[in-house]
Amino acid sequence: MAIIQVKDAAIRYITGDFKDIGIKEYVIRHIQGNYKVNEFWADRHITFELEKGDMLGIIGSNGAGKSTLLKAISGIMVPTEGSIKVHGSIAALLELTAGFDKDLTVRENTFLRGAMLGYTRKFMQEKYDEIIRFAELEAFQDRPFKQLSSGMRSRLAFSIACLVNPDVIILDEVLSVGDGAFRKKSGSKMQEILSSGVTGILVSHSVSQVREMCNKILWLDHGRQIAFGEDVTTLCNAYEEFLITKKVPETHEQILEASEAWNARQEVIRQQKKENYAERLEQLVAECGAGTAVQAAVDILYRNRAELLNRELCLGEELIPEK
Amino acid sequence: MGKIIKKYYNRFRKQSFLFSELVKRDFKQKYKGTVIGMGWSILSPMLTLLVMKLVFTEFFGRDTPHYTTYLFCGTLQFSYFKEATKSGMKSLIANHKILEKINIPKYLFLLSKNVSSLINYGLTLCVFFVFALIDHITFGVHFLALLYPIFCLMLFNIGMGLILSALCVFFRDISYLYDIFTLLLHYMSAIFYRVDKYPMLIQQVFLINPVYCYIKYFRLVTIDGMIPSLPYHLLCAFYPLVVLSLGLWMYKKYNHMFLYYL
Repeated sequence: MAIIQVKDAAIRYITGDFKDIGIKEYVIRHIQGNYKVNEFWADRHITFELEKGDMLGIIGSNGAGKSTLLKAISGIMVPTEGSIKVHGSIAALLELTAGFDKDLTVRENTFLRGAMLGYTRKFMQEKYDEIIRFAELEAFQDRPFKQLSSGMRSRLAFSIACLVNPDVIILDEVLSVGDGAFRKKSGSKMQEILSSGVTGILVSHSVSQVREMCNKILWLDHGRQIAFGEDVTTLCNAYEEFLITKKVPETHEQILEASEAWNARQEVIRQQKKENYAERLEQLVAECGAGTAVQAAVDILYRNRAELLNRELCLGEELIPEK
Repeated sequence: MGKIIKKYYNRFRKQSFLFSELVKRDFKQKYKGTVIGMGWSILSPMLTLLVMKLVFTEFFGRDTPHYTTYLFCGTLQFSYFKEATKSGMKSLIANHKILEKINIPKYLFLLSKNVSSLINYGLTLCVFFVFALIDHITFGVHFLALLYPIFCLMLFNIGMGLILSALCVFFRDISYLYDIFTLLLHYMSAIFYRVDKYPMLIQQVFLINPVYCYIKYFRLVTIDGMIPSLPYHLLCAFYPLVVLSLGLWMYKKYNHMFLYYL
């Protein structure tokens, strides 16, 4: 049975109604007779299904409607048309640091956020120490939240959010939190959660991350569904081609073409790299005045002998004997 | 069947945790940076009372028995009404960042504001009884009847909060209009003057104002030592029922629209 079922879902924003333009403009436009409300479809005709254990990557440039779709799936928004059905509990990690109270202490904020995410008090009391330890904020527990740096804030938010054991997890650009060490830790924590058979949705601007983690791809462009499928490589290739050419593929054939084009492009780059290496090698060989590459390498070793031995690389003197 | 009950029980338990955390937060936000903190809950109504007593005793206080209690009945109810509805009005827009990101029932924010106002009111009520004692009011079992107008006013405030917070999402201008409205209501609630000099008909007209109904109830019990009639009780219950049902209807209808305007 499908965990997430999105059928022809659409979300519409309305702009230019009288709240937007103010009462003066509203009256004037009515008198002039050119008052009209503009519709803006953030998402339209989106259809896909996810099974248990699937990891969906949503790709698309800015303003494609990715975040709006995530809001609809997590139940914050209701689709204007179509239907979205989710079976099971959802943990949505959307822009983590929003909604903390800057005057409350770290401890109070932790409990408040935990409560908002639907944990029970008992659960939070049990896990509180673990959260603080994971976020490395032991020394800041009773400091007001406003004194934390933005890195610390997102660390705390991530630590609270990733405690969950949800059926569905939604990740919106949250996998790059904190400094290098914490990023590594949070990454492995995320892997742990994902490998537990959870169904996930990932929005990321890093295509390589999507390639690595996802088994299904949904491609959006200006609210339109360009493609949905399991062929991660082809779709990601086509998407990267689109990022370069800015040409939206309309049909499946065009996607395949775009994918081929990107492959060709990669091939050219690889060729170029190869040529570059070859050129460099030729240059080196020429510099040394030696006939072959092996001779050139030996020559290079001799030329840098003093430095190589000095560097404590545990190279014995006998490895590069005196000439 | 048991499953459904369990589901609702779990939901209630989760929400009760969130709810208590929200109340805590609202309470702390309210007194943040103040030296006296919660003391203001007691001090501020006392100071209001003092000012009104100083100003109005000369005009209205001479021929009103127990004028201090008379005044306090008015300010007590009215300040509760004003505080609860004004803070409730902002409950949605003040929390828009949370509402945009996390799926939580929106009414919880309103209720938590109302609870912190109610706690405030409870503290002021204690001060009220002390003052009434000093003012030689006869205490008795009939004081228990005061729970009724308190309960009605609480529901009325929640209902008003539902309506106002919903309106405020769509028209922020409401908050300015509401300031004027509460000022008008303040003068029409007979807080510092007496209505029994008006003809009977005008006196009836005053009862259109729900806050006045609750003030009058308090005065009848504390000063006159009597419990109002049954129709009066029904009138007291009528107002909260109207605003609550209107407010709930608005929340139900516009629940998913709020997000577009926050």
